[in-house]
Amino acid sequence: MHSRMFFDFARRNVRLHWLRSLLAILGIIIGVVTIVSIGILGNSLVLAISDSLSTVGDSIIVSPHAGGMGFGGGGSAPELISDRDVEQIRRAVAPHITIPVYSGGSRMKIGTEDTVGVVYGLKSDDIPILLELAEGTYLRGSSSAMAGARFAEQNDIKVGSRITVGDKGSLRVVGILEERGMGFDINPDYGIVVDSRWFEDAYGPDGYNLVIVKVKDLSQIGEVKEEIERQLNRRETVVDVIDTRAILDTILTAFGQISTFTTAIGGISLIVAGVSILNIMLMSVTERIKEIGVLRSIGTKRQEIRRMFLYEALILGLIGSGIGGVLSIFGGYAVSLVMLQTTEYLFVPSSLIYIAYGFAFGIGTSLLSGLYPAWKASNLNPIEALRHE
Amino acid sequence: MEEEINAICSNGSIIRFHEVTKHYPLPGEDVVALDGVNLDLAPGDFVAIMGPSGSGKSTLLNLMGCLDTPTSGELCIKGRNIRGMSDEELTVLRRDHIGFIFQVFNLLPLLTALENVQYPLILKTGNRECQDRCLAVLAAMELDESLYSHKPSELSGGQQQRVAIARALVNDPEILLADEPTGNLDSKTGTAIMELLADLNRNQGKTIVMVTHDPAIARYARRIIRIVDGKITDTEG
Repeated sequence: MHSRMFFDFARRNVRLHWLRSLLAILGIIIGVVTIVSIGILGNSLVLAISDSLSTVGDSIIVSPHAGGMGFGGGGSAPELISDRDVEQIRRAVAPHITIPVYSGGSRMKIGTEDTVGVVYGLKSDDIPILLELAEGTYLRGSSSAMAGARFAEQNDIKVGSRITVGDKGSLRVVGILEERGMGFDINPDYGIVVDSRWFEDAYGPDGYNLVIVKVKDLSQIGEVKEEIERQLNRRETVVDVIDTRAILDTILTAFGQISTFTTAIGGISLIVAGVSILNIMLMSVTERIKEIGVLRSIGTKRQEIRRMFLYEALILGLIGSGIGGVLSIFGGYAVSLVMLQTTEYLFVPSSLIYIAYGFAFGIGTSLLSGLYPAWKASNLNPIEALRHE
Repeated sequence: MEEEINAICSNGSIIRFHEVTKHYPLPGEDVVALDGVNLDLAPGDFVAIMGPSGSGKSTLLNLMGCLDTPTSGELCIKGRNIRGMSDEELTVLRRDHIGFIFQVFNLLPLLTALENVQYPLILKTGNRECQDRCLAVLAAMELDESLYSHKPSELSGGQQQRVAIARALVNDPEILLADEPTGNLDSKTGTAIMELLADLNRNQGKTIVMVTHDPAIARYARRIIRIVDGKITDTEG
């Protein structure tokens, strides 16, 4: 019952000094909106990156060791992976899928325009496992090609267009690939994909540039990686084996940290709001010294005086954080739209949780700011307080 | 030693000062506000304390009201020695057994007249539904019912003092401490308030201690205590 009375007391005092209460509430609103909006932006950024990278997050990439002497029986080119080694990888990772990849840059001619792009050579059966089709069909026959989404867009390539690859021959485009985004394995958005037999005929490569292992069960990705290393790097390090999920985790952790850091910078505005509440509460204590003396003389305990002032800070915090929380949805929407050109990550739980965080931080800051004034009020000497004019 | 102190406190006085001194530390030297004061007030006493400014009247009243504690000596309120009591114990003693009436009324400006009276009762009982008792006390103060919902700023001095006395009485304390209760009132209203206090003393047996400069007001009391330089110099009545 005491609590209700003291809460009511605090509420009336907030109302009595409505203008300065409003200013303090405004400070909290700004603080909450800032940290929540920045938090939502950071989270949306992480989610956007996660989405664009997740397609390659279930892979292991085997590439020739950067400083190594290469594969096979000494005669093969040191920077490529031989068929024998691919077979060894396939045996090591079974039943997971092994996809060897040829790649190389080339000049190309589309219609009358000259351009440069990457040519990926893949077995036809492997392509649907790795890449999604936007229009047309997957490869049909060895003289067809699929164009990456950006490459097609930039060079006005349509299904049926013809691409001349250097002096290696002409290919008919049978499909346009779905945009894949940045990847750790291949980046076909800015190139074309051809059948591996055509690539072998055209370039006669000594081996593959990399081997992608698609792991069916993500929990096994570590074991599979170790098995490849055990099989191929037994005597010396001849291949580098990269677990894309680990890279993805590292990138997402880094972006998460950046997001936390920027949110913390946004928190400065909440600290400023807290200082404003501290100032207002101290003013309130100074103005009410005599009243505190009266309250103490008629039997109000110190802890009850403390509670009365903390309720005042709580009311400011509750109103400010409540309004700030609601406005944060608009703030988050605006910054996501401006910075990421999308709001699809706004209404997901990991973004919305920032509203709860902002609400909690707003109230916490208000209560923290009210602690010292409340302590000061409760420790006033009742006789001196009564004498105060 | 403890038995000796207990004996001092159990002589039947409602308020007892035994060799009480009160010093206020100031840079240079301490100010002696009370110097070896001995005083016994029986239940139902009506005492006026008079003396020049700075003589120690307010200090005496503050000590009786448990707003302060003696530097030395024993001070017993209702048979309990207040030395060594915690702030919370002193606050509870004050809340339950002592009522304060101030010269400038000191009503809480955010509360209505009725709420001002309810406040100490809620502090004591925790019950917000205590209107009957509050209404009865306010009615006894002969305050017009239409004023119960008014804020202090909407009341006259006399009306405010009646509310203040009702607030002091609502917890049914045995002791009422009044600091110049008519100091801010015109003589007619002052007389009415003094009649009210005298009636409380006569009919309800309240022990009243009142600080005043006005000899005419002091005459309502049964005893007048004069204090000079922290020492009681004279007791009349």
